[in-house]
Amino acid sequence: MIDILIRVIIFLVAAPILGGLLDGLDRIISARMQGRIGPPLLQPFYDVSKLFQKQTIAVSKSQSLLIQMFFFTQIFTGCLFMAGFDIMLCFFILSTGATFLVFAGAVTHSPYSSMGASRELLQMLSYEPAILMTCLGFYLAAGTFKVEELVLSDYSLIVYLPGFFVAYVFSLTIKMRKSPFDLSTSHHPHQELVKGITTEIGSRNLAFYFITEWYENIFLLGVVALFIINKNPWSILAAVIVVLLICFLETLIDNTSARMKWDKMLTLTWIVTLVSAGTNLLVLMLIK
Amino acid sequence: MAKVKRSPWLLHYDGSSCNGCDIEVLACLTPVYDAERFGIQNTGDPMQADILLITGGINAQNQAVVKQLYDQMPRPKVVVAVGVCACTGGVFKDTYNILGGADTTVPVDIYVPGCAARPQAIIDGIVKAVELFQMHMDNHEEFLKNPDEYMRKNHPEVELKKGDE
Amino acid sequence: MDLIVSFLICFPFLVSLLMYCIRVNKVRNAIAYVSAVIIMIAVGVLVYNWASGGCVAIQLFTETESVDKVILVAEWFIMILVTVKSFMHKRAWVSLLSIVPTIMLTMLEMNGPSLVEQPHVYIDHMAVLMCIIIGLIGGLIVIYAVGYMHGYHHHHIEFEDRRYYFFMLLFIFLGAMFGFVLSDSTLWIDLFWEITSICSFLLIGYTKTDEAIENSFRALWMNLLGGCALAIGIIYQAYFLEGNMSLQALIDSGVSGAKYATIPVALIAFAALTKAAQMPFAKWLMGAMVAPTPSSALLHSATMVKAGIYVLFRLAPAMSGTMTGLMISFIGGFTFFAASVMAIAQSDGKKVLAFSTISNLGLMVACAGVGTPETLWAGIFLMIFHAISKSLLFQNMGAVENSMHSRDVEDMDGLVYRLPRLGVFMFIGIAGMFLAPFGMLISKWSALRAAVDEGNFMLVVFICFGSATTLFYWTKWMNNLISSTTSEPIKDITKKNEIISLTIHAALMIALCLIFPVLSQNYVIPLLTEIYGSATSVLPMGVLYILVIVIVAIFVVPFIVFKYANKIRTNEKLSYMNGINTGTNDAFVDAFGEEKPMTISNWYFKDFFGQRKLMVPCEVVTTVFLIIMLVRVIGGVLA
Repeated sequence: MIDILIRVIIFLVAAPILGGLLDGLDRIISARMQGRIGPPLLQPFYDVSKLFQKQTIAVSKSQSLLIQMFFFTQIFTGCLFMAGFDIMLCFFILSTGATFLVFAGAVTHSPYSSMGASRELLQMLSYEPAILMTCLGFYLAAGTFKVEELVLSDYSLIVYLPGFFVAYVFSLTIKMRKSPFDLSTSHHPHQELVKGITTEIGSRNLAFYFITEWYENIFLLGVVALFIINKNPWSILAAVIVVLLICFLETLIDNTSARMKWDKMLTLTWIVTLVSAGTNLLVLMLIK
Repeated sequence: MAKVKRSPWLLHYDGSSCNGCDIEVLACLTPVYDAERFGIQNTGDPMQADILLITGGINAQNQAVVKQLYDQMPRPKVVVAVGVCACTGGVFKDTYNILGGADTTVPVDIYVPGCAARPQAIIDGIVKAVELFQMHMDNHEEFLKNPDEYMRKNHPEVELKKGDE
Repeated sequence: MDLIVSFLICFPFLVSLLMYCIRVNKVRNAIAYVSAVIIMIAVGVLVYNWASGGCVAIQLFTETESVDKVILVAEWFIMILVTVKSFMHKRAWVSLLSIVPTIMLTMLEMNGPSLVEQPHVYIDHMAVLMCIIIGLIGGLIVIYAVGYMHGYHHHHIEFEDRRYYFFMLLFIFLGAMFGFVLSDSTLWIDLFWEITSICSFLLIGYTKTDEAIENSFRALWMNLLGGCALAIGIIYQAYFLEGNMSLQALIDSGVSGAKYATIPVALIAFAALTKAAQMPFAKWLMGAMVAPTPSSALLHSATMVKAGIYVLFRLAPAMSGTMTGLMISFIGGFTFFAASVMAIAQSDGKKVLAFSTISNLGLMVACAGVGTPETLWAGIFLMIFHAISKSLLFQNMGAVENSMHSRDVEDMDGLVYRLPRLGVFMFIGIAGMFLAPFGMLISKWSALRAAVDEGNFMLVVFICFGSATTLFYWTKWMNNLISSTTSEPIKDITKKNEIISLTIHAALMIALCLIFPVLSQNYVIPLLTEIYGSATSVLPMGVLYILVIVIVAIFVVPFIVFKYANKIRTNEKLSYMNGINTGTNDAFVDAFGEEKPMTISNWYFKDFFGQRKLMVPCEVVTTVFLIIMLVRVIGGVLA
């Protein structure tokens, strides 16, 4: 019980720091890829701290409530994950949280943020099957949904789940709002959708949004690590390396591709899910 | 508390400019000048912006727009007029539809002259604006205590709306 | 016990006679209220008696010779009614679907093997659960209908006011449903089955418009087709089980792997597919939307379609692991996915509800098809949650339509502010349909898990993709409900009795989410034990309790924070429209300097997910699949 508590507390403290650092790193690497120097590593923290100090604004009052709900559910997801609970439960609560964000975008009834909310929904439609199937893949490979038992398996689960890994990383690109799938909002400002779903979110609410995103990213990358970690302690190191590689890969994709149309995104993601995760699932079902 | 001046986010508004200054503003963000080194981002969204960058003069059509964008930005905020048109109206000053520089509509804090303004000058203006932004933020407490008093002292030209704090 | 069972079945029929005779609205309404309450009380008494007897399965009515004669007469009456109606509307071929099975069954009773004396009524956990659903929700729908029909005829003066007829049908429906779930004799089941088919046919055709008649005949022939399959199945059973007409006996022999049980099980399951509006037969349920709202609520949530599900749940142990099971689970899974995809392209609120009903029923059917205790656990919870939330949503839709004169989702912008009571009820109903901590999702989760355990690949894929599409169309709708608006509030003309029914539904919905683990432990697990001999909860209790905590936490914590944060002064800004907002968030200044209203619409992807595009291919696929599988199942036995 105590060690669960400790893990959760570590997550609560460390996740935003790690998430922010990864975000800063991402911005620096992007800048270097574009031949620029880029902002300092701690830039995301400066941004958030500034946003907290600015005047609190909102377009409609319920926006703050919904952002708050988004914030708490996503943190709760991470805590459950760290505490070693059911991975499926984590993802269900994660998608509930994402729904709250969609609500926060739609509640303002403003053109850009409503459009962003619709697109966010479309993104959920695209990645949800891949994520659900990934959970099932874990279950089939290890015989359990519980994170605390998954990390103690004999072999790295990626051995059984290469197809699921591909599908998951593919949907990670959508989830982390990287181009070509940054339909709803993107980290790169000044675009046709203004700031998409976050257009009407400013100052304090935006700061909450960023912190939530850091928590969420750490959780999502934690699931990537789950593919690698086994009962051998050294596997943690391998997992960290893989996670960093995946982060680099996402940045690379982000900087080398243009945004897709929604129908392309939907069909592509579903096909990738069906082909890679589906085949993997079929094979697993036959051999298990 | 970290300094807010490390994270100035811009909102770039193109009034009735000839687009010369706009090209130069965008040039600031290219690898040659790389304004992101200072944490500068071009947000395009007033709700998230700290510094309003105006190029070109104000005409009857866009006056309300500029005013609304300025109103939508959360306090504290700084306005930078880039290029001679935004400063005074420039060569268009006496045409029938031009009202003048940006300061006919919103309180301008920093004037960056030039036709078109050079990127170095723009960055210099932004850096000055950033210092001002930090100063406003430091004074924000004072502002919150007595908004009317503060505004009369620092921005006598702005009329304070009710609930705008 | 004998008394209360016969009361439950006969009382609604008696009331329906009264409904038909009394033409004074006030008196009839009063009687309808009282009877609805009496039915609910009677169900309460039934549950009490059964529970005080130790919750064991009870068998009743062994000697029923005179009743059997009544039943035969009733079947002939129905046949004649159908024949007359179909000749009247120049669709004579439909009558064949009624004449053939009726004559076959009559022949069976005249010349067939002598029937074994056996109990005709069987009361166990499942039957009692169905009784509670029918009694409670059906009763509430009747209460709601009294107020609704008043408003309906107020607005639709073009239709003849035949409320006496409408209420008669409602009560016949309820009586038939009670009879259906309590009977064990397949002959009895067949009669009640036909009655519900006829009732739905008459209810759909209530308005007598061309469209209504067209749709009602579609519903009729599809359901009668199922009735034919059922009749053939019954005849098979009579011959092979040597006159033993008990459904339980059939299931038992099916479980023990008896070869001859396969055909009746497959045929009855096929019949259930038509009733549950699964894919090749889904269209009748879409057509049923033309009927007044209480009847669609009754058809969709509490009764009609649940009858098909109920039969499949009963047959589940016999179907588990067989070819029939495979067929049923594939059809169910496919329907779940396809219907939820088609729901995306609908903007008529009632049609969205209809598609979502078909889709959710598909999931239940799939659960029954897999037929393990785990899937049945999921299926039963799906059924409970679906019954309440759908009934809530349908009634709400009717009330909204009466107040707003539209049921288009696009017109519901900011409904939570414009029609607060109904808007919030609708929000609760939709949240119950899919949002994470609520019930439906838990069921989906356990269904998924059980499907993986079974190695049913297609079902897993269908559920994964279907969940995503389900999420999409519901969230889209909720977005509309909560988006802020400056338009005027609508005058809420909802009648008091409608509100009573809605409030009880909403309260039940929330209560069910909270007592979910208790219900699972104390009712559903014993139910499964009764069927399978042993059962354990699919999801560990810990998870269930966490979910309850999550529900509370997700709503309470941010609310507290919000209350606190409210103290921080927030500056309200205009929404961003490139600076040309006119100051109302609902309009902008156009290029001519004039004010133009801004409207926001959802995505429907009609060219991508439209019903017109997808319905026919889906029907073809499922029909072909169904025929192939039926041939294989039956051929496999006969060969």
